[in-house]
Amino acid sequence: MTLTAPAHEDSMARRASRMASRCRHWLSDLSVSGRVGLTLVLLWLVLAAVGPLLAPYGVGAFVAPEVFDGMSARHWLGSDYMGRDVLSRLLSGARYTVGLALAAALLASGMGAGLALIATVSPRWVDEVISRLMDTLVSIPSKVFALVLVAAFGSSLTLLLLIAAATYTPGAFRIARALAVNLYQMDYVQVARARGEGRLYIAGAEILPNMIHPVLADFGLRFVFIVLLLSGLSFLGLGVQPPNADLGSLVRENISGLGDGALAILAPAIAIATLTIGVNLLIDALPGRGRRITGGR
Amino acid sequence: MGHATPKHGSSGTMAAGRLILRRLGSALLTLLLVSVVIFTISALLPGDAAEEALGQSATPEAVTALRHQMGLDQPAHLRYVRWLGGLVTGDLGQSLVASMPVGQVIAGRLPNSLTLAGLTAAVAVPVALAIGILSALYRDTRLDRALNLMTLGMVAVPEFLVATLAVLVFSVTLRWLPSITVVRETMGWAETLRGYAMPVMTLACVTVAQMARMTRAAVIDQLSRPYVEMAVLKGQAPTRVVLVHVLPNAIAPIVNAMALSLSYLLGGAVIVETIFNYPGIASLMVNAVTSRDMPLLQACAMIFCAAYLLLMLAADVCAILANPRLRGR
Repeated sequence: MTLTAPAHEDSMARRASRMASRCRHWLSDLSVSGRVGLTLVLLWLVLAAVGPLLAPYGVGAFVAPEVFDGMSARHWLGSDYMGRDVLSRLLSGARYTVGLALAAALLASGMGAGLALIATVSPRWVDEVISRLMDTLVSIPSKVFALVLVAAFGSSLTLLLLIAAATYTPGAFRIARALAVNLYQMDYVQVARARGEGRLYIAGAEILPNMIHPVLADFGLRFVFIVLLLSGLSFLGLGVQPPNADLGSLVRENISGLGDGALAILAPAIAIATLTIGVNLLIDALPGRGRRITGGR
Repeated sequence: MGHATPKHGSSGTMAAGRLILRRLGSALLTLLLVSVVIFTISALLPGDAAEEALGQSATPEAVTALRHQMGLDQPAHLRYVRWLGGLVTGDLGQSLVASMPVGQVIAGRLPNSLTLAGLTAAVAVPVALAIGILSALYRDTRLDRALNLMTLGMVAVPEFLVATLAVLVFSVTLRWLPSITVVRETMGWAETLRGYAMPVMTLACVTVAQMARMTRAAVIDQLSRPYVEMAVLKGQAPTRVVLVHVLPNAIAPIVNAMALSLSYLLGGAVIVETIFNYPGIASLMVNAVTSRDMPLLQACAMIFCAAYLLLMLAADVCAILANPRLRGR
């Protein structure tokens, strides 16, 4: 034991340093726009995680004497329609937008990839049933589908998460299935089948690891679509409900300041744009063709 | 697509006809399945239309009576068949909020939405084609990169940011355009143009970006083919290669891209019509959601899905007709 432990540690250290050098390599290969994207994405992830701690004022506190104030030393992004600090509300809104969208995109990509793997390794009729269902769901425009779901079930935070995930699962499934079906024809998968490996093993150990990169790129796109969907819904007043507010709700609640060109309405809208553009730039800079298999909101 | 290699002309036309018929059948089947999905989701609604219509103070007897009158006490599959029958015969039921037939409410709004979509397509398609072909022609140059960055940004930006910025610039600062679109019968040309300018611009922004990116991809895909290499080796100018050799072959993917991007217009309309207070189907649907007017919502959702499937069908048909192996002759 005492003899093997240092060797083990050594290999751990070596592996860590190899990882670090690979990361550095990857970073130096990244184009300028890709680096901008990466910076924006990291910035928003950090702000969503610790933002409320940085907020100078309480989210619901009425702190400014004037409504729709411009930039000032006390209120960096001015005040909103009720005299609250825009920066504080933005930081808390970012948490809802990024958090909800991240969870929903994870769920959508996970379910899409999972269903795709099931469809690929299962008997033909299972594939037909799942594919037919997903094809049907794909032909309902995503905003329309989400509106019908909101009308039927309401829009609590949990429901919004599930609705967004359900709306973008069919798209994720389509892409993952196309990848999985291709991989299933590969020789090494056929060899594994001939060896008598179980379906679960083939799906999890042979196919999944080889489709993970495009699926991750697709996950980034789903995230963007979901951010746009959720903030669109909130903008319509059908998404995150008060007193909670995501970035879309912030735009909506300050819409009366549009006539004055208030910062309170521009700041959250531009915040959303920097987040989604950042993710898009990053995905676009990823190596390998075919990372953008389909667009489509 | 395109397996059938006709021996002579007429069988090619036949094959194309059969393919188109099969696509049509598949689209109709999908529409039927979509109607099942939409009906199922809206039938899961906790509480029903009768309770909704009578309000909270209604007696249980009154609710039961109304439920019976509206046919809500029947099992779900019977209600679905009745609803579908109504859909096919044009009887879309009674709007709960407007208390008039859904068909009438929609008939008043549909032309407006079609006008908006038509105008947007008329603006977006030529611009997108130009940007897409230009950036394919000059691919990997500074121009291409600038255009790529621009379209990438436009794809990612929410419609309401474009709309609010447009209002801010053109209505508030410059005072050129009205911030809401009023549709009246008696409007003159100039007035109509001014009213439509901003909604069309906003919708076109998102659509153009999508379309241009897909057009570029389609053209570049063709550029890597052997026949293009041949044309280049013959010493033809790049412009001629693209316009004479590549474009005719890229028609099918480009039309496909157009149809797909025009379908994003359907989603964009939901936001844009609401912002500019435009009396179209999408803003009607948003109102139906807020007032939980299910018959109206179902009808609107079906219209959107039908429009989407129609666009996809059109793209498929164009692809089939553009394929010389299937065109006959």
